Amino acid sequence: MDFKDFTIKAAASALRDKEISALELTEGFIKRIKNTDSKIDAFISVCFDSAVDDAKKAQTLIDNGSGDILTGIPMAVKDNMCTEGITTTCASHILENFIPPYSSTAVNNLRNRGAVLLGKLNLDEFAMGGSTENSYIKKTKNPWDIKRVPGGSSGGSAAAVASGQTVFALGSDTGGSIRQPASFCGVVGLKPTYGTVSRYGLVAFASSLDQIGPITKTVEDSAFVLNAISKKDKMDSTSVESGISDYSEGISEGVKGMKIGIPVQYLSQGVAPDVKNKVMDAINEYEKMGAKCIETSLELADYAIAAYYIISSAEASSNLARYDGIKYGYRSENFNNLLELYKNSRSEGFGAEVKRRIMLGTYVLSSGYYDAYYKKALQIRSLIKNEFDGLFEKYDCILGPTAPTTAYKIGDMADDPLEMYLGDVFTVSVNIAGLPAISIPCGLDKSGLPVGMQLIGKAFGEKTLLKAAYAYEQTHPFAIAPEVSV
Amino acid sequence: MKISIETVEYVAGLARLNLSVEEKEMMASQMGDILGYMEKLNSLDTTGVKPLEHVEHMSNVFREDVVIDSFDRDKILANAPDKVDGAFRVPKIVD
Repeated sequence: MDFKDFTIKAAASALRDKEISALELTEGFIKRIKNTDSKIDAFISVCFDSAVDDAKKAQTLIDNGSGDILTGIPMAVKDNMCTEGITTTCASHILENFIPPYSSTAVNNLRNRGAVLLGKLNLDEFAMGGSTENSYIKKTKNPWDIKRVPGGSSGGSAAAVASGQTVFALGSDTGGSIRQPASFCGVVGLKPTYGTVSRYGLVAFASSLDQIGPITKTVEDSAFVLNAISKKDKMDSTSVESGISDYSEGISEGVKGMKIGIPVQYLSQGVAPDVKNKVMDAINEYEKMGAKCIETSLELADYAIAAYYIISSAEASSNLARYDGIKYGYRSENFNNLLELYKNSRSEGFGAEVKRRIMLGTYVLSSGYYDAYYKKALQIRSLIKNEFDGLFEKYDCILGPTAPTTAYKIGDMADDPLEMYLGDVFTVSVNIAGLPAISIPCGLDKSGLPVGMQLIGKAFGEKTLLKAAYAYEQTHPFAIAPEVSV
Repeated sequence: MKISIETVEYVAGLARLNLSVEEKEMMASQMGDILGYMEKLNSLDTTGVKPLEHVEHMSNVFREDVVIDSFDRDKILANAPDKVDGAFRVPKIVD
């Protein structure tokens, strides 16, 4: 098997059957990164020396029979998750040289199972954006067409998995940042129910919305990664025990009798014709497999973006107040007093989009505007959650496109922030309501670019989502991005 | 919606940001567009709706009051832009 085609399941089986050693597997991926990343630019940093050490340790575990399915499997993580001793930049200037003194719980949970960390992946600065163009460090390319964006903000994670640079990756999702890049790059992206995965060590953007999740080649792989990272953590008091010990159990049971709601709003609002057609095809496929697809309505869909950008910017302005040039991060050289130190460090250290979000967030929280914007948005959050709760009394899951379009050209959306925000129309409500959702590939558009569809479930309904996604995937197996010529 | 340069300057001050003249103009125009878009929320009647800060039903989370190991001081100071004698160094704040 070619390295780029390795799923977790296939690699674990090859390791167990001694067809390949953990070291050979890791070295194979290191070579692939070296050969392809000058074109893809998915990685901000690599840690190949420690990866080789980790692979050797993993082999020992495999040899004495104490490994599990993730032991010896190469992975990479979005560069907003702290990794002890390895820079964690958030693709920003202000944290460009930040070396965390601790690791995030999600990364630790994977490494404790013997997964091998290859490096850290590019993102929009502080995960704010939908194209990874807001990275201070570099612009990641979509492996399907390197003139196009990989989506964002977990663009590096999606591009690295799609191009076979790693077996799987972790991303984070505040308003669609796992699902939309997964859709643009033709891979599987899962945003778990809020609280399922500890946020300890995930650099905070909007704490009531942020959630870590897997980006993988297959649906089953997504379940394997979720098994490892879903755990209550005493370091994150919002983390919960989901009560699900194995997300892959029953994954192949099929969708016979499953009730899938199709909100009319998700197939009208400016959806590209090719995207709509592919999602309609998928709906027909589900009908053929025995599911009942029923048209329904999400009346509040149209208000979700406005509510989301108020809530997320408000939380961001508060979370990012910590970057002041004192304890860690960039400090300006130009100051005569403490206030100038703060202001100049922040102004020189943050990029344009991050400043815009901080300004919006500060505005909506400021005296005189709080009720009109922030409180109003939280009330609408209530209504959106209630509307979803109502739908899940009738349906097992909800289906629609992940994004209104396929990947667009680098630079096409860079000048209009509001237009960029509107691209999040189908993903943000999920975070507002704390629900799980998965994006899986459902074909290619006329330009040969992947289309993604999104399945949304009720809180802690991941197993239903995975089952539904798995059933569809059997009819449309994963396809790796065409080889990028270097 | 119109956002004035004065408003931008006021908010930038609260957010501890310096903006150049060009940045201020750009920010005024873009914030105007975005906040204008957000006004669509006003078309929904939310009288009596309880604001939802968080999707989880949260109560206080307590732990036993026991002393545990914290980070090593040198490790924490390793990222400091300026430090002296085991402390962060900042400009003089009291005359």
